[in-house]
Amino acid sequence: MSRAVRFAPLIVLAALLVGLVWRLATPVDTNVHSRLEGQPVPAFSLAPIVPGKPGLASADLASGRPRLVNVFASWCVPCVTEVGVLKQLQASGVTVDGIAVRDEPQALASFLARNGDPYERIGSDPQSSVQIDLGSSGVPESFIVDGRGIIRYQHIGPVEPSDVPMILAKLDAAK
Amino acid sequence: MRLALFLAAVALAAPVLADSNLPPAYWSNRQLPDARQEARAEALMQEIRCLVCQGQSIADSDAELAGDMRDLVRRRVAAGQSPAEVRNWLIQRYGSWISYRPTSDPAAWPLWLAPLVLLAAGAVLIRRRISTRRSA
Repeated sequence: MSRAVRFAPLIVLAALLVGLVWRLATPVDTNVHSRLEGQPVPAFSLAPIVPGKPGLASADLASGRPRLVNVFASWCVPCVTEVGVLKQLQASGVTVDGIAVRDEPQALASFLARNGDPYERIGSDPQSSVQIDLGSSGVPESFIVDGRGIIRYQHIGPVEPSDVPMILAKLDAAK
Repeated sequence: MRLALFLAAVALAAPVLADSNLPPAYWSNRQLPDARQEARAEALMQEIRCLVCQGQSIADSDAELAGDMRDLVRRRVAAGQSPAEVRNWLIQRYGSWISYRPTSDPAAWPLWLAPLVLLAAGAVLIRRRISTRRSA
């Protein structure tokens, strides 16, 4: 048996070990990314859920300026802290719209009263149908939609204070 | 001790808070009246991956989003869409990841070809052994 063949199992084992250690060190991204980045927002129309605040339809999103569409819910724990960051974005001139997933009017009203209300419009999505249509897999998620109604960016998970400069840059790029 | 147990129970119940209070969607746990349509929807649901409990199909998962997706699948099948159309609609949104059925995308070619390559390599190996033994 030649020397190369004799050492082959050892080399295979070493390669396997390197692969395993590498995967442990850099875990796979388990987030499910929407395939609709760069595509127009699918047509939808959601009813209002908060008194005095209009619902949300895909036509509202092609408004000539970029908007941040936040997929959220009053029963979602990370959404509580995220709202504060969204308020901060709103204060710096960002238009924030909400899609309330599987929510109830009373629960949502008290959520907004308690945590603040950065939303210009909120559409009610009682069966997650628009959430699925957008390729979103959970709450919270946010989509940057440009003035022509094209999805430019999907943010998975809450928008953290450290994400604000990046979000503002993406919104600026979507102008 | 009792207080500790109570607090532990409350802490363990935290996942309950991660669900909404709304009832499940109408078709999420209900069969379609047309048995043939139900069979087609069921077969498809077995092959669609749950977005929450990744690794389970939406037919197996108790997640609310999986229920809403079962509702979506049954509604679309009942409206006359073919399972392939519904699957493609979901793939457009979530990528081929959402479907358990292996694709014929170029990314999967090594997987399809691997058994053939291994069989060929095995055949070559056996042939060599036999020929060396004969010559010996």
